[in-house]
Amino acid sequence: MSAVAVDPAKAKDIHFDPRVVTIERGRLRFFAQAIGETDPIYSDVDVAKQAGHADLPVPPTFFFSMELESPDAFGYLSELDIDLRRVLHGEQSFTYHSMAYAGETLTLRPRIVDAYSKKGGTLDFIVKRTNIERADGAPVADATSVIIARGNRKDAR
Amino acid sequence: MMALPTIEVGTELPPLEIEPITRTTLALFAGASGDHNPMHIDIDVAKSAGLDDVFAHGMLSMAYLGRLLTSWVPQERIRSFGVRFAAVTPVHAQPTCTGRVVSIAEDSATVDIAVRLADGTVTLTGDAVIALD
Repeated sequence: MSAVAVDPAKAKDIHFDPRVVTIERGRLRFFAQAIGETDPIYSDVDVAKQAGHADLPVPPTFFFSMELESPDAFGYLSELDIDLRRVLHGEQSFTYHSMAYAGETLTLRPRIVDAYSKKGGTLDFIVKRTNIERADGAPVADATSVIIARGNRKDAR
Repeated sequence: MMALPTIEVGTELPPLEIEPITRTTLALFAGASGDHNPMHIDIDVAKSAGLDDVFAHGMLSMAYLGRLLTSWVPQERIRSFGVRFAAVTPVHAQPTCTGRVVSIAEDSATVDIAVRLADGTVTLTGDAVIALD
């Protein structure tokens, strides 16, 4: 067993196919309901359009949900031999370039940008960044997740 | 663009108080967000992992912070938004979202944001950058 459970070079080499996701109005309404959003621009197309939006806006954190559209969204962790029961979401951030709306089809391009260990290898950190863009390549948002695997190293358990 | 509220260093955002998080909310958020991790919706799985009960998705609390921001400024003003998940949110917990402007640059303001539970536990901390131009 190496000192580091997750091999950073291996992590950064993981290949992700680009993912194409179409944003549905119904899904955005469901999301608004689930988070208790009462501003009608997020659920009523007429109100959104009156406010100058092209359609229902994609709310700030929904880009993370677009990443989960994959049937095997956490397959990359399995590839790194990370025990999924020991995984925590440590940090999440978004950088926004332009608003996105229901009806749009966006392309998600994830990659692992960093991987490192702390506390003598008992905590592994995986940093994944997903660029989200339109078909013409225009950037919409970048989503960065820090995933923490606790006690992943077998000899540390 | 819509007019902005007064934004100065020290400006407090109107706090967003959330009702206690129910199991129904967690089930709805699992479906709506696409995060079907059973640790949030199935008490049997939570107990098998040594926990007493299910806990809320971290991204549910981040979505509440998103509401805090978009109820304060138009969403297109948000340039970036990031959080660190500091503690879990148990089912039935009652989060409150707060924000405070901590610095102003030429064309943007930085807001420190946090989610606190009724017992004082800070569950999320982070910041957002708001365009002023």
